[in-house]
Amino acid sequence: MFSFIAYKKLLDKCVLAVFFTAGFITIFITVGIVYVLLSDAIRFFQEVPIERFLTEKEWTPVFATKKFGIWPLITGTFLIAAIAVLVSVPLGLVIAIYLSEYASVRVKEIAKPIIEFLEAVPTVVYGYFTLLFVTPILQKIVPGLEAFNSLAPGIVLGFMILPYTASMAEDAMKGVPQRIREASYALGATRLRTAITIVLPAAISGVVAGFILGASRAIGETMVVAIAAGMYPNLTLDPREPIQTMTGYIVQVALGDLPYGSIEYLSIFAVGFALFIIAFIFNSIALWLRSRIREAY
Amino acid sequence: MGRKTISSKPDIIFPIIGFIAFLLVVSFMITLIVDIAIDGYERLIDPSFYTSYPSRFPEKAGILSGWVGTTLVMAGAIFWSLLIGIPAGIYLEEYATKRGIRGKIETIIELNINNLAAVPAIIYGLLALGIFVYRFKLGESILTAGLTLSILMLPVIVVNTREAIRRIPRDIREGAYAVGATKWDTIRDHILPYSLGGILTGLIIAASRAIGETAPLVTIGALTFIAFLPPSPFTSEFPFFSLEKAWDVLMSPFTVLPIQIFNWVSRPQAAFQINAAAAGFVLLVLTVIMNALAYYLRQRVRRKYIW
Repeated sequence: MFSFIAYKKLLDKCVLAVFFTAGFITIFITVGIVYVLLSDAIRFFQEVPIERFLTEKEWTPVFATKKFGIWPLITGTFLIAAIAVLVSVPLGLVIAIYLSEYASVRVKEIAKPIIEFLEAVPTVVYGYFTLLFVTPILQKIVPGLEAFNSLAPGIVLGFMILPYTASMAEDAMKGVPQRIREASYALGATRLRTAITIVLPAAISGVVAGFILGASRAIGETMVVAIAAGMYPNLTLDPREPIQTMTGYIVQVALGDLPYGSIEYLSIFAVGFALFIIAFIFNSIALWLRSRIREAY
Repeated sequence: MGRKTISSKPDIIFPIIGFIAFLLVVSFMITLIVDIAIDGYERLIDPSFYTSYPSRFPEKAGILSGWVGTTLVMAGAIFWSLLIGIPAGIYLEEYATKRGIRGKIETIIELNINNLAAVPAIIYGLLALGIFVYRFKLGESILTAGLTLSILMLPVIVVNTREAIRRIPRDIREGAYAVGATKWDTIRDHILPYSLGGILTGLIIAASRAIGETAPLVTIGALTFIAFLPPSPFTSEFPFFSLEKAWDVLMSPFTVLPIQIFNWVSRPQAAFQINAAAAGFVLLVLTVIMNALAYYLRQRVRRKYIW
């Protein structure tokens, strides 16, 4: 009898050890990412000084005269993300206010899964749609729009990140206690006035966190831009021209033959490292903002 | 003097604007689905599209190696992500002490999982290329691809496992302890069965994201032209299964549906783009089914256990 209890206790300890190990392994993923990106990025910077990486204005690693200025890739990335945010934030905010303050439960029950499905659509399908449907239509409206451009992918990404800009914003607004709304109504404010001057400010950190996560998603998105934005590192802010993003460059190089340790191989890790840092900063800001909601109420 | 109602003009106009904005989203999605269905129709109704290998001739090209590859890679991804994800989720909910060194490690694990969920997918591709392909020498194989996608799925599975477990009231655990069950007994006989529906929902959602994932697999070097299937691990003689051949399956080069689509869409010939649309529609239907299933499951779990 005693040994049975001892056995049970031992088993419990073993299970705890196994479960703890599983949790601990997840840390190794991040450690692995940082290690791989950093070690290969450092080898890259041994061959290409970091000043060149940050000051040159051209990105031509596969040309005979190699230039390694990251800026064309960064401006390309942020140009597309900015277009996506410009499309997504107004649209998302209107939908969020509508769903949280006006819509009936039935509309909400249908609307939320539909909006959240936008993120589940395979991005390669979005890429196809952008290149062969959205761009040709936009070309009829926007003069001088090239077959590869940043406008069309930016707009499609704007819809793709609606689960963050609309759905997460709605969640944040829903979290504002009802009594605050009632107080506003009691003073004679309309629903819209209450939504904009009372509910939105109260939920602002959650709403903005959603926007930032959406932007971060647009920055890290790969296939839509790789298919529809072109493969041309271009230091421009003109949304009609072909560009290349950081993710697009990684895909372009990875598609080719990639000898281990070559400068092209190392360069995707340097670019990846820069991307990881940018994404990390965005996510940290969003997480910090979201932790503030919980403190408020 | 007219009576001014609380529900004044802006309150009539804004819901209309809001609803139109929502309709815009719906029509965007319908346009997307209809567009690729029409573009791909010609190939979608051709049975040989599903049973042919890729080809130089667009009208002969099919998605056989694509869907076989997707099935094998996803099987691996689901296996690895459950193997780590469920225990990690259980640990954080059931065993977390929040004290001492272990408490600090728990905080790090939690923060880390939140952060992993938002890391761009292509970064996981670089991780896999650097670690699995070049340092562990697993090659550009089905095994590598499964491991890569499992890392992508992991945060979703951990978060959903935790949410499912958190819904189970404390009474259940106290009741089990009161009759002498150990922690593991309680987890095995109560916590896991009650949270299974929620965990399964998380798994399906994670899998539906992973199945359409292209970028990380491009990075680890998925091939676009595969005109053969991995060897079958089953043999005609006893014991009807060969471990050696199973290993060959894991190590064989692969392609998946999204990679096939990406390859076809990047070609200039319009005929290949028809193939891309058809394969894209197949992939889209798969994700719709998976998401609908997850939605249904979630509703059912909510109704089944009302504590």
